Amino acid sequence: MYKYDDYDQQLVDERIEQFRDQVNRRLSGDLSEEEFRPLRLMNGVYLQLHAYMLRVAVPYGTMNSAQMRQFAYIARKYDKGYGHFTTRQNIQFNWPKLVDLPDILTDLSKVQMHAIQTSGNCIRNTTTDQFAGASYDELEDPRPWCEIIRQWSTMHPEFTYLPRKFKMAVTGAPNDRAAVAIHDIGLRIRRDDQGDLGFEVMVGGGLGRTPMIGKTICEFLPKEDLLSYLEAILRVYNQFGRRDNKYKARIKILVHEIGAEKFAELVEKEWEEIRDSVLHLPAEEIEEIQAHFNPPAFEVLPAHSSAYSEKVSSDQKFAYWVQNNVREHKQQGYAIANISLKPIGGIPGDINHQQMDLVADLADQFSFGEIRSTHEQNLVLAHVKRDDLYDLWQRLDEYGLATPNSGLITDLIACPGLDYCALANSRSIPLAQRISERFGELDRQHDIGKIQIKISGCINACTHHHVGHIGILGVDKKGQEFYQITLGGRADENAKIGKIVGAGLSTDEVVDAVETLINTYLDLRENADETFLDAFNRVGETPFKEALYGAGKK
Amino acid sequence: MALVKNNLVIKDAWINLDDEQDLPTGDVIVSLERWKTERETLLARSGQLGIRLNSDENPDQIIEDLAVFQVIALNFPTFMDGRAYSYARLLRERHGFDGELRATGNVLRDQVFLMHRCGFDAFEIAAGDNKALQIWLDAQKEMTTFYQPTGDGRKTAMSLRQRKRLAKAVS
Repeated sequence: MYKYDDYDQQLVDERIEQFRDQVNRRLSGDLSEEEFRPLRLMNGVYLQLHAYMLRVAVPYGTMNSAQMRQFAYIARKYDKGYGHFTTRQNIQFNWPKLVDLPDILTDLSKVQMHAIQTSGNCIRNTTTDQFAGASYDELEDPRPWCEIIRQWSTMHPEFTYLPRKFKMAVTGAPNDRAAVAIHDIGLRIRRDDQGDLGFEVMVGGGLGRTPMIGKTICEFLPKEDLLSYLEAILRVYNQFGRRDNKYKARIKILVHEIGAEKFAELVEKEWEEIRDSVLHLPAEEIEEIQAHFNPPAFEVLPAHSSAYSEKVSSDQKFAYWVQNNVREHKQQGYAIANISLKPIGGIPGDINHQQMDLVADLADQFSFGEIRSTHEQNLVLAHVKRDDLYDLWQRLDEYGLATPNSGLITDLIACPGLDYCALANSRSIPLAQRISERFGELDRQHDIGKIQIKISGCINACTHHHVGHIGILGVDKKGQEFYQITLGGRADENAKIGKIVGAGLSTDEVVDAVETLINTYLDLRENADETFLDAFNRVGETPFKEALYGAGKK
Repeated sequence: MALVKNNLVIKDAWINLDDEQDLPTGDVIVSLERWKTERETLLARSGQLGIRLNSDENPDQIIEDLAVFQVIALNFPTFMDGRAYSYARLLRERHGFDGELRATGNVLRDQVFLMHRCGFDAFEIAAGDNKALQIWLDAQKEMTTFYQPTGDGRKTAMSLRQRKRLAKAVS
């Protein structure tokens, strides 16, 4: 993974001193709260319902064991002993004190971490495929490109006060696990007719009040032009994006209002001016960054292992974990292990300091010291020897980290909601816990199969509920929490916004409603291989609607 | 209000002219509106000419006339409105404007440096002379490492890395 050189380190160190000074000026009254707010946000500091919250960047979801240990230390020293992984692959600490924040950032910088631009109207942490560099289906590791974007976007003098926040995602595989189509800019590495690799560029995806799928404005962008093209997009957006209404300020509204074609034209015109500027990426510079992501020293291993097969057939619990949480690796004899942060009845994405320390140790022991966070709020050890899986699983199990539910109904995504978040209209966590408990039994989960439930506590849609197979949105109606259900959304390479099925449901009704939807699916599916999403696409919303609200009703 | 330029507080010799005000002698800064309606009159005067643009007035509208202006004042109605950062870079780096690029409006301690990186060289800061100068001096020494190439000539991390590699290859 990427290692800072002196320049990277110096920039982060300087930024911390800058923020320390800003905090001091706020405390002394030199800075008004209004002036301080965007500054603290751009350093990852939110003011939540009960306390400040610090969101630490995990650039493109890759971290090393030392960094994970530092999270454990921070959770112990400055927080209540735990942290929360977010849908942008970052980690949040919920209870730090304002005066401690500069020290926390200093502690983070010792392991090459920071909280820069994890909030604010600037370019946020670029996200990517959690299986990058390990998956069998990828054309190229997307992380070097994320790192190139990270550097270019960090403290960009022109793009620090954009109309609104700006999010990018990159996928290097045709099976899109990074949800690129719902980002302000989505990049998909692809091949052109000559066999060269480049990017398909999508803009204007996003959820929130006005959910939209990104539009492709460039079918094939040569790699060395990436930064000039991004700068052109951002420059058009910075000048012409709406600033009169914060709900219409995202780039998707600009793209929608002037049309993707016109937008592409503006970008193209700007790009022609700067394409051959210093932003042009020299091949040796690209290689230099790529070298940081060279594959680890894999051993040559046989295609089959009888020891492993024996464990799978003799230990049913292990076999389930393998079946659900282990994925194919491109290197023979290796596997990708998903660590579920979704214990039955637990809080999605939460992890305590003992678990963090354990994961760090296991990464050192089994996965070249490297860990991934996922936008589904789980962790991944990307390079585990198949023969180590059993040991790994046993250790995870001791710490409650071996829930075998990756991709199943209890692997649900939920935002912090009204339990923490100042923006929320309703609670998400208790609902997630109740759904998890309702469907907790593993045989039942297997019967239901692959399905994704996403719960957002407000229309800002942090969990991407619009693109959940089942999406649940919490709304506030006259002081009462209600939940609106969408069906049939998806965030993959065939991304689609789900349909709202009907009137909102009360807290008491919503878990039963999910069960009704699931039972309806089980009744009408053609066979056990037809997933919820496939069945929904075949029969449409009507049977589900009727099951929920009765035939003939709206 | 103090005007900071070249690490000094300078006396503002320009008259920032209201649209209703009669044309005085001396150097004046006028609005885009006035420039459009009184172009010939303004060109016929002997004093120097500057123009001020609001954040919703794209400098595209004056690109043909850049040589006429010794000052372009770009306004930040609030520090959260970042359009003028792009305007400044385009004026400097694309259109070669080499007069004074003045930041006006909500020009604060934590943004002046970004403005400088984008090509502003004069800052109207709402503070007394000493305080305004201190704000500028403090702000511009905070960061010494940069990832983005702009027209300000500061070396980027990438260019320094390249230089280092070349030096290594030669030795």
